Amino acid sequence: MEMTDIFGRLSWADLVLLDVFRSPSVDTAVSSGAAWIMVLGAAAVLVWLTVAGRWGWLWRDWLTTVDHKKIGIMYITLGFIMMARGIAEGVVMRSYQATAYQGGAFLSEEHWAELFSTHGTVMIFFVAMPFITGFMNYLIPLQIGARDMAFPVLNQISLGLTGTGAALVMISLALGGFETGGWTAYPPFTGADFDPGPGPDYWVWSIVLSGFGSMFSGLNFAVTIYKMRAPGMDYLKMPVFCWTALCTSILLIFALPPLTVAGLMQALDRLLGFHFFTNDLGGNMMNYANLFWMFGHPEVYILILPAYGIFSELTATFAAKRLYGYRSLVMATMSIAVISFGVWLHHFFTMGQSPSINAAFGIATAIIAVPTGVKVYVWMATLWRGRIRMTTPMVYMTGFFILFTIGGFSGIILANPAINWQVHNTQFIVAHFHNVLLPGLIFGIFAGIHIWFPKAYGFRLHERAGTITAILWIVGFAMTFLPLYAVGLLGYPRRSAAFDDPAFLPYMYVSLTGAFILLAAFCGLFVTLWISIRNRDSLAVPLGDPWDGRTLEWATPSPPPPWNFPVIPQVSSLDAFAKEKAEGKPYVQPAEYRDIELPAPTSAGMVVMVSTTALGFALTWWIWWLAAAAAFGLVAYFFVRSFFEYPHIVIPAIEVQRVNEAWIEALHLCTPVNRDHEDDPRNRGHAATDMAIAS
Amino acid sequence: MSQETNVHPGMNLGYSDGEHEAEVKVFGFWVFVMSDLVTFGLVFAIFGTMAGATAGGPGPEDVTDLKSIALQTALLLGSSFGFSWASLSMKYHNQRWRTLGWLAVAATSALSFLIVEAIDFRDWYHMGAVPQRSGYLSALWALVGLHGLHVAGGLVWMAAMTGQILRYGLTDQIKSRVTRMGLYWHFLDIVWIGIFSMVFLAGVA
Repeated sequence: MEMTDIFGRLSWADLVLLDVFRSPSVDTAVSSGAAWIMVLGAAAVLVWLTVAGRWGWLWRDWLTTVDHKKIGIMYITLGFIMMARGIAEGVVMRSYQATAYQGGAFLSEEHWAELFSTHGTVMIFFVAMPFITGFMNYLIPLQIGARDMAFPVLNQISLGLTGTGAALVMISLALGGFETGGWTAYPPFTGADFDPGPGPDYWVWSIVLSGFGSMFSGLNFAVTIYKMRAPGMDYLKMPVFCWTALCTSILLIFALPPLTVAGLMQALDRLLGFHFFTNDLGGNMMNYANLFWMFGHPEVYILILPAYGIFSELTATFAAKRLYGYRSLVMATMSIAVISFGVWLHHFFTMGQSPSINAAFGIATAIIAVPTGVKVYVWMATLWRGRIRMTTPMVYMTGFFILFTIGGFSGIILANPAINWQVHNTQFIVAHFHNVLLPGLIFGIFAGIHIWFPKAYGFRLHERAGTITAILWIVGFAMTFLPLYAVGLLGYPRRSAAFDDPAFLPYMYVSLTGAFILLAAFCGLFVTLWISIRNRDSLAVPLGDPWDGRTLEWATPSPPPPWNFPVIPQVSSLDAFAKEKAEGKPYVQPAEYRDIELPAPTSAGMVVMVSTTALGFALTWWIWWLAAAAAFGLVAYFFVRSFFEYPHIVIPAIEVQRVNEAWIEALHLCTPVNRDHEDDPRNRGHAATDMAIAS
Repeated sequence: MSQETNVHPGMNLGYSDGEHEAEVKVFGFWVFVMSDLVTFGLVFAIFGTMAGATAGGPGPEDVTDLKSIALQTALLLGSSFGFSWASLSMKYHNQRWRTLGWLAVAATSALSFLIVEAIDFRDWYHMGAVPQRSGYLSALWALVGLHGLHVAGGLVWMAAMTGQILRYGLTDQIKSRVTRMGLYWHFLDIVWIGIFSMVFLAGVA
């Protein structure tokens, strides 16, 4: 038997860990160093799990759970792990560009190309997507008064598939390297003729496999919202976040197939010599560009809509007012979801369509700014004359307001094909999309973490540490990315490995400084967490409603019990919990408790993750026996599994009653805290309400 | 809710609590089918843009054997027909052998479809109409192959259903699964009609 029968095309030369010893240079030190950090980091975690005896805990409490709350937390944790890599790459990239004047940079050009490709792929697919999916997982069932998702096991499988994608990108760091064609991976540059691999193959399989996971998440969320709402919760009584989640889910269902199709066709081209996107024999790379952006543009809204949802909940809660213009906001969200399918071509105005087609897509793009503008006005009107608490979430909101508006305006500029033609493929574009994704999506996520972390863990995050971190993010963002607008207009092409114009230099230095501030801001998140854990007794809010919240998730203890609600709540209005509090009758004891059935833990998600990771890895490295075994194992597992009744755990009524009555008892013993003392130890999660229901 | 309306009469589950669960699952499967339809739609669109990209190789007139296509169509529609009877017998008779018999008709017919399709693929291979030859042939193999793969997957599913009916009988859960499988099966028929008319008939028209 030949070695290639066992290991495919994998050889010792692909081990990036050893590159620095084979040919020592700064370039290989960076790539090998990154690989070593990942390998040693993973090894350290494994050693810790073993020494601390935590394997059973990890397996039983987390990896096999189907509880939507824990799955949500795992998504967000995955997002942070991947973000550490994305930010590190970002800092290296800014250092590279600051030293790239007349080609003097410290990394090879290939390495630079690989950096911007992995940075984009990681940040979009394995940071932003897990963040929003995690939030939707955690919040949807709690906000609509359900016990879990419509399909809890499928939910776990989605997480497994997302993990597969992330794992493949991480493996590429140590074995063989990633592709160099940007996060969009346009063929024919990424085709077999120009890049035999394994980089583009890693990209294809990590994107395709995690894409299935995202599609199933969307399906699951949409069905949950359509079918599992508490009795009385009409569509127009749903929390705004659920509306944004519903629109995102619909987008996931319809926008992921183009990505999957593009990825699989690219795989057929690369593995079997098909001619979808090749240069010769009738291949057409424009088909790829169209497919990719038919996914890619809705993807932008997939990411930003849940962040809009978070900002909407945030303004209403922290301004202590009902959201102004709920219906307009819902309509704006739906409009964005629909129009987002009609604008994809603005990503390639310069690729040869007729001017009339460009004009049509330019107009559609300008139109989509209208509902987005509506949202900004809705938030402003909600804040107007509200009793605003300028705590961490509101600091993020402020940064978002100012910076995101700038990003939005630069988008309107880009919607015009004639202007777009001028700044196309320059740093201006880089500035624009970081400007909407970072202050838009990421600030929303971090604000959301400050709001809902106490719900998930029962203690608040430290306020001052949180505020300092938020300000670091805002300043760091502004310094890193706003200068790129200027150099873009001066004509600096994005992704170029070097530049000749000394006028760019000052901007590059400012941008580099900003990158280090962003790095500090990222560390600030962990410092905040560390300080909060150390002070968790004085920050504890076990009673569940620290911010005078408005929606059903605040009407549960923190953390909520696995069954969420002792009985399914009856809903009669928007902001159901706020109304109960205003009427003076929250926390009603149910008349009767019943046994609750919950789905039992399962290892299905882990089976999917392990087998699809093996499949993706095998197809990347042409290890055919492993690919066949993984695919067969996956099918066989589900075939056999379908013969067994899926087990449930029954929580006895007496246990539900005990937990619920202990919580209500504790609420009665606690003095409600008013909003002026929200940030001191008196806040145990029982907010005194002075909420004005009318706006 | 269950007192007022029989939400899923197709399964005749009665008015038990299980009905809401079945309703959620069937609805979820509809959503999946919708997403899968988008996938097929995109592959159709790609095929459309590549219909002329034969690069001097075999074209539609070379690969279309209308007799074989007619036979495949009859077999696949026959399979759907058999499945309909399986669904009806499940609803009205509640006798597992009757349902299994119709499932066997559907499965045999679909398997024959796959065999005839495989013979077509073999013929294409022998005439040099391989996907590596041109963009048109790439799209043809991908589109027809994607459909064939769905049918093959459906056969595996049907095997599992047969085993489960033998083991458990026609329980509510099995009825719900057969209903979802029915959606999938008829959906593949509709896609085939698209392939039949847009790929083969339009190719030689």
